[in-house]
Amino acid sequence: MHPVRKQRLYLVLFVVLFSSAAAGLVMYALRGNINLFFPPAEVAQGKAPVGQPIRVGGMVLDGSVQRSDESLAVAFTLTDYQANVPVVYEGILPDLFGEGQGAVASGVLDEQGVLRASEVLAKHDENYMPPEVAHALEQSGFDHKGNAK
Amino acid sequence: MWSFFHKLGSPPWLFRIAGSILRWLLPVTLVALAVGLVWGLLFTAPDFRQGNSYRIIYIHVPAAVVALAGYYVMAIAGAVSLIWKMKMADVAMKACAPIGAALTFIALVTGSIWGKPTWGTWWVWDARITSMLILLFLYLGVVALYEAYDNKEAAGKACAVLSLVGMVNIPIIYKSVDWWYSLHQPASIKFTGESTIDPSMLYPLLWMIVTFYALFTCCLLMNMRAELLEREARTNWVKKLAAENRA
Repeated sequence: MHPVRKQRLYLVLFVVLFSSAAAGLVMYALRGNINLFFPPAEVAQGKAPVGQPIRVGGMVLDGSVQRSDESLAVAFTLTDYQANVPVVYEGILPDLFGEGQGAVASGVLDEQGVLRASEVLAKHDENYMPPEVAHALEQSGFDHKGNAK
Repeated sequence: MWSFFHKLGSPPWLFRIAGSILRWLLPVTLVALAVGLVWGLLFTAPDFRQGNSYRIIYIHVPAAVVALAGYYVMAIAGAVSLIWKMKMADVAMKACAPIGAALTFIALVTGSIWGKPTWGTWWVWDARITSMLILLFLYLGVVALYEAYDNKEAAGKACAVLSLVGMVNIPIIYKSVDWWYSLHQPASIKFTGESTIDPSMLYPLLWMIVTFYALFTCCLLMNMRAELLEREARTNWVKKLAAENRA
């Protein structure tokens, strides 16, 4: 290759490597802050700040959802199967919210470790299938992730 | 082999060959697009949890995939124009930017429309969505930077450097859902291991992804042809072409 072109090729490689390294360092510095939410295990370890707005994400524990008869108040537990975080919320839940499904709640953690949520979002997983397939899996004793029940 | 590369540097040859590719690729793409949309939006089964709203996947995912791939095309064209001073690579780079911006915009808007019924919000600042927004700004940045210069050569150089620097964002977008906790779910189509989307839903999706690649190619060739005519407006071959079309 012509030496001038070779030099320009090295320059291009340098620009790409240098910008990747810079981006890598920025992401390293921000590593915790890029996460959208805390998993319950980190809340249990005390990594989540108390009294400040945070988000906690996990699965809604089976049988934990309790709705009030008079108001929109609802209480449920978020779990990552290592630790649990109780959540209280008053408002409309998204359609896909349900027991055994993922959810992200944003709010403030109080002294008792209860998350007082101001917003609850449903987290959808990467599984897509027609209802008949889901039903057939259910019948054969597998859940929608293909794990035996 | 080398004569092909030399011809690639010739504007009239590139204009003509792009035209003859478009003559069959464009109708094929438009038919494939219609088939894919009807297949995905009308004939596939609804999802067991999301119902019909999941169908936006047939536009959202192909647009996002090609928006990422298109950035590599733009950055590589930029690198070629920097190293070999190939004017046609510069034309290709410039032609990529608005198409990529449009695809990124489509991905963001369709994602937002899907997010409202599924997640319960239009927008959330998670790693995937934020890095995708940065991609939109990078594409728009290239468009704006190119127009900011009067001198095409300086504009090409600056844009090539910007595209190369922005390239680091592409693997970040791709891996963001695995590296960090995000609201956006991980990929359903897996290159290693079994995909977590039912085959009856996967085939129309793959069809649409291939179609969007073809659509990107068509738009790129059309943009490049327009750019070539503008740049070469004073040359004999363009004047001759204009005279032929008038006659």
